[in-house]
Amino acid sequence: MGDPALSRRGFLAASAATGLGMTALSGCGGDSDGGSSDGTTTIEWWNISTTEPAHTVWAQLAKKFEAQNPKVKVKIVQMENDAYKSKMTALIASGKLPDIFHTWGGGVLKQQVDAGLVEDLTDKTKPWADDLLKVSKEAYLIDDKVYGIPFDIGMIGFWYNKALFKQAGITEPPTTWAAFLDAVSKLKAKNITPIALAGKEKWPGMYYWAYLAMRTAGASALQKAYDDKDFTGPEFVQAGAHLKDLVALQPFQKGFLNAAYSSPTGQAASVGNGKAAMELMGQWAPQVEADAGKGLGKDLGFFPFPAVEGGKGAITEVFGGGGAHALRRGAPQAAVDFLKFFASEATDLELVKKTGALPVVPGAESAVSDPNLKAVQAQLNAATGFQLYLDQAYAPAVGQEVNDSVAALIAGSKSPEQVAQSITKVTKEEQ
Amino acid sequence: MTSILADKRSRPGADAPPPDTVRSRGRARRRALNWLTAVGFQLPALVLFIGLVLLPMLFALYAAFFRWGGFGMPEDYIGVDNFTDLFDNPVFMGDLWRCLVLVLLTLALQLPFALAMAVLLNQRLRGRAVYRMLFFAPYVLSEAITGVLFSMVFAPDDGLADHLLGSIGLDSLGGEWFADPSWVMATLFIVMTWKYFGFHMMLYLAGLQSVPRELTEAALIDGAGAWQRFRSVTLPLLMPTIRISIFLAVIGAIQLFDLVWVITQGGPDHHSETMAVTMFQYGFKRYQVGYASAISVVMFGICLVFALAYQRFVLRRDLEGATTTMRGDGK
Repeated sequence: MGDPALSRRGFLAASAATGLGMTALSGCGGDSDGGSSDGTTTIEWWNISTTEPAHTVWAQLAKKFEAQNPKVKVKIVQMENDAYKSKMTALIASGKLPDIFHTWGGGVLKQQVDAGLVEDLTDKTKPWADDLLKVSKEAYLIDDKVYGIPFDIGMIGFWYNKALFKQAGITEPPTTWAAFLDAVSKLKAKNITPIALAGKEKWPGMYYWAYLAMRTAGASALQKAYDDKDFTGPEFVQAGAHLKDLVALQPFQKGFLNAAYSSPTGQAASVGNGKAAMELMGQWAPQVEADAGKGLGKDLGFFPFPAVEGGKGAITEVFGGGGAHALRRGAPQAAVDFLKFFASEATDLELVKKTGALPVVPGAESAVSDPNLKAVQAQLNAATGFQLYLDQAYAPAVGQEVNDSVAALIAGSKSPEQVAQSITKVTKEEQ
Repeated sequence: MTSILADKRSRPGADAPPPDTVRSRGRARRRALNWLTAVGFQLPALVLFIGLVLLPMLFALYAAFFRWGGFGMPEDYIGVDNFTDLFDNPVFMGDLWRCLVLVLLTLALQLPFALAMAVLLNQRLRGRAVYRMLFFAPYVLSEAITGVLFSMVFAPDDGLADHLLGSIGLDSLGGEWFADPSWVMATLFIVMTWKYFGFHMMLYLAGLQSVPRELTEAALIDGAGAWQRFRSVTLPLLMPTIRISIFLAVIGAIQLFDLVWVITQGGPDHHSETMAVTMFQYGFKRYQVGYASAISVVMFGICLVFALAYQRFVLRRDLEGATTTMRGDGK
């Protein structure tokens, strides 16, 4: 330390080295296998449960697992839906995923599997995963192999305001498309906004087209059209035409083209505050309506998407999906143990009771107490056909094109034929 | 910095000149040392720049010639197909058109407005500093906050804008704002002006400070009116600042992303989409990273051509130091 200049230079060199080293280290963050010298394993768990009460409940579950497995530490990372998707895009490109991560299954999961990033769970989860409800596991089966263990399952349907329906003189929820359009007209006649729609986010609009296509062409048609790369069949054009009939009635709230879903002025809030009579949404709708708006309480009802006269699909076929966890390839055994813990009856009971999730374990089914969720559950269990959310079932480019084209149809800039052609074109390019 | 240090160190040697060989060897060593120091200081920045800016740019250029989903390395070479597809894509062509509209609106309305405010606030005025601060404040606000704020202001029926219009009896002017395909760009431009005019106003204010008082006074004595003084004295002297401000505004309009993304995500039905938003949609929503790279390459190309042409034909006189001699105005 005698020469000050030298020590200064030494300091510079050291700090430069540290800086570079830190960069390198942070770049390799996902690379470590989590093992450490004292025998504890750290597993990283990425999920999208950022809304209460799930946010807290999930963190508590992680603690509970740590208590049961003293040698395992769970690092929980909770991210908002869209942020999670963006972050995953970057991680996938780098080829390093978290040990346990949220998945919706379908085409997105398949892409990750094809890239060799996801652990095959078929044998590792063999005895216990077989007991889970069949409908809840389907989205995560790729070539008959298990790539995800579900914790929630649900479906899309209409959530409606019973009081407003009554006010408009609608006694029974409509079961056919014609009756549905009639109900919309009746609501309009009473100056009630019939439907709230988040036009800015596009995916809520996609539900209408997807369900109509399922009703006109049958539940298996959407997957078949994707595999055949052809959406130009008459039933798909018809589905678009039916949607156009609905749009022509101007059923949506003012400014719906720039409305978000869960914001204070968005789709869920419109229904939750009693400003619009219904929305087409998944099993989480009651929670978001109460979170973004006031919530409807006893006035809230649920009815399945109506059947289309002369269509091949039945009203019992459901469109939906759930949530599951997948593991990165090479994840430690502790991560598999965690999946087992999370799919256990005890955990599922807690999720059902505290967070309003729908059960994936048969033993937890009786824990559903809310009459609307019971209706959803009954519909799911009696389902004669199932189609996963299109933006998850299809490769991302195709899923986005469906969202985009249907949004254009609703905005009036694309015809039903053009929607079918655009989706077909992107499907052909993609595969 | 380093050269000053080196000069100081060389002084003892100058007092008692050592033999030639030693001296030149010492100089060579010092030069090597200087060079090493320079490299040492620049290396971290250089590594970051190359690793985080230059290589990704080159890689994007490479990826633009592939059909590539972002997984593994690009392998499916498709030549210029991404680019030909791009210029067939009505959304992207619309992006270019909207970009042009934004640039023209900025030049025709936003910058003149900023200039007018700057001239106003350059005069003796009670509370001048407060006004300056107020008008500059929006620029300091983040784009995301601005976006959320104006989503609320322009919320149909419930928003501040509709309430204000309603309270002065102009309800009919209120509309769906961002939700109306034919109004979304105009509304967006209002937000952009609110957000950015303060920045340009500050630039102009700084420029106005450097306009010599003597010149305006001389013009006054010569009998020039207020408009003439502004037109013939202030404006020509302010031109260098204006040219820079135009440059920044145009580049900003080409790369516009955050505001649009937060407020409309490019909607309704693509009517407010910009090139950067389209790129994001393809790259991060559709995972068509090759295609998104092609968009970014085109954006880069447009910016580059504009920047070079602007420097060559417009900024040249400024770069030559014409700011005070007014050579550019033929004098």
